[in-house]
Amino acid sequence: MQLTLEFGGGLELLCDSIKIHKVNINFPNESDILTVKDLLSWVRTNLIKERPEMFMKGDTVRPGVLVLVNDCDWELSGQLDTTLEDKDVVVFISTLHGG
Amino acid sequence: MMLSIFVLKICRECFYEVFEEEIHQVIVQNRLFKSGERVAIGASGGKDSTVLAYVLSELNRRHNYGLDLFLLSIDEGITGYRDDSLETVKRNEVQYGLPLQIVSYKDLYGWTMDDIVKMIGLKNNCTFCGVFRRQVIAFPLHSKHSLFTQKFIIPIIFCFMPSSLIDFLKALDRGATLLKVDKLVTGHNADDIAETVLLNILRGDIARLSRCTSITTGEDGPIPRCKPFKYTYEKEIVMYAYFKKLDYFSTECIYSPNAYRGFAREFIKDLERLRPRAILDIIKSGEDFRIATTTKMPEQGTCERCGYISSQKWCKACVLLEGLNRGLPKMGIGRPRGNGNGDNKHTEAGSTAKSIESKQCGSLDF
Repeated sequence: MQLTLEFGGGLELLCDSIKIHKVNINFPNESDILTVKDLLSWVRTNLIKERPEMFMKGDTVRPGVLVLVNDCDWELSGQLDTTLEDKDVVVFISTLHGG
Repeated sequence: MMLSIFVLKICRECFYEVFEEEIHQVIVQNRLFKSGERVAIGASGGKDSTVLAYVLSELNRRHNYGLDLFLLSIDEGITGYRDDSLETVKRNEVQYGLPLQIVSYKDLYGWTMDDIVKMIGLKNNCTFCGVFRRQVIAFPLHSKHSLFTQKFIIPIIFCFMPSSLIDFLKALDRGATLLKVDKLVTGHNADDIAETVLLNILRGDIARLSRCTSITTGEDGPIPRCKPFKYTYEKEIVMYAYFKKLDYFSTECIYSPNAYRGFAREFIKDLERLRPRAILDIIKSGEDFRIATTTKMPEQGTCERCGYISSQKWCKACVLLEGLNRGLPKMGIGRPRGNGNGDNKHTEAGSTAKSIESKQCGSLDF
């Protein structure tokens, strides 16, 4: 499926300083749903070029990174279990910097 | 758009309303401002100060606070960080219609942070930066004239000059008179304050612990400072900035990975994930801390060298500057050994490390 991923708050520095990525992701093996959890591991493998620990901690995003799926806080759509659909927009914003 | 801090689902427009109204209530209930005050907004170009400038300026209009607002930025001289973020503040000046004043460490103290780090290495940088920053606006006298010169010589010279020349000289003098500020407002948010409470506990800094949750500080000093975002979560601020498409700079200070605060921050973020209320609860604990009457607390006086408020003979900024200018990077850092009473022995032999390291950590007064 096609997704638009945005990186903000300094995270773009981990992906060659590109803020917006339009990507095509396959469903994981033997599954017909794509969750944010699947997306995260895909991003870590394919988009994050340096310091992955700044983006992820274990299976989930590093604490302090906000995730919005179609402008909706992922905490309300099931966090890691949020299912994604074609043409969805996922935004990752880091809050871990000076104010 | 939905927000989940207290499992409250609200749409974007309502979020803006709730966010702005909450800040307004914090300002009103804590009586942070008085009509007619000239208020400096500490602006770094980062998320908190940008949102602060935007919201405060909006609320000032909407609720007629009657404040004379301007942006105040500090240039610590950190290449690759501050020079970029200052560009953001210059844009904010235009975007929000708020005049901008920039004050630099180089002008005030004669040292940039880059110079300081070259001299002292990568540890304890934040101590210098934090101390110098806090005295920038109130008493920027350190690298300039001695107290004697200011209080006696300069007034005498001025008596013999035409007033136009005096005005010109005063404008050049990068002292407090140039800034003319009644109050300073900063974008410290709930996460920051919770981190500070934890940091002070971890360091046993009782003096600071008793002050760090106050929404207004320095009322007995030259310029009071207040924090309208005291109860506002960092997450809310970032969401607000994101949806309102506010222009801010988001890179970490290049020296910050070595800062102790990083540990407290990591911990707070993990805590927030498990129980979001923890942040406000930590602040509440900090507010309600009571010190045992038998605990000895530092007494507040004034610095012998510059007159700034200080609980020691010399204020921390003077100690640190002296150390830098004399090539003694450890001066003023760490706890005293041997001298338990924290007395300063700067005038005598600066040779032994023991007599120089006299300032106690946790005995500062801002």
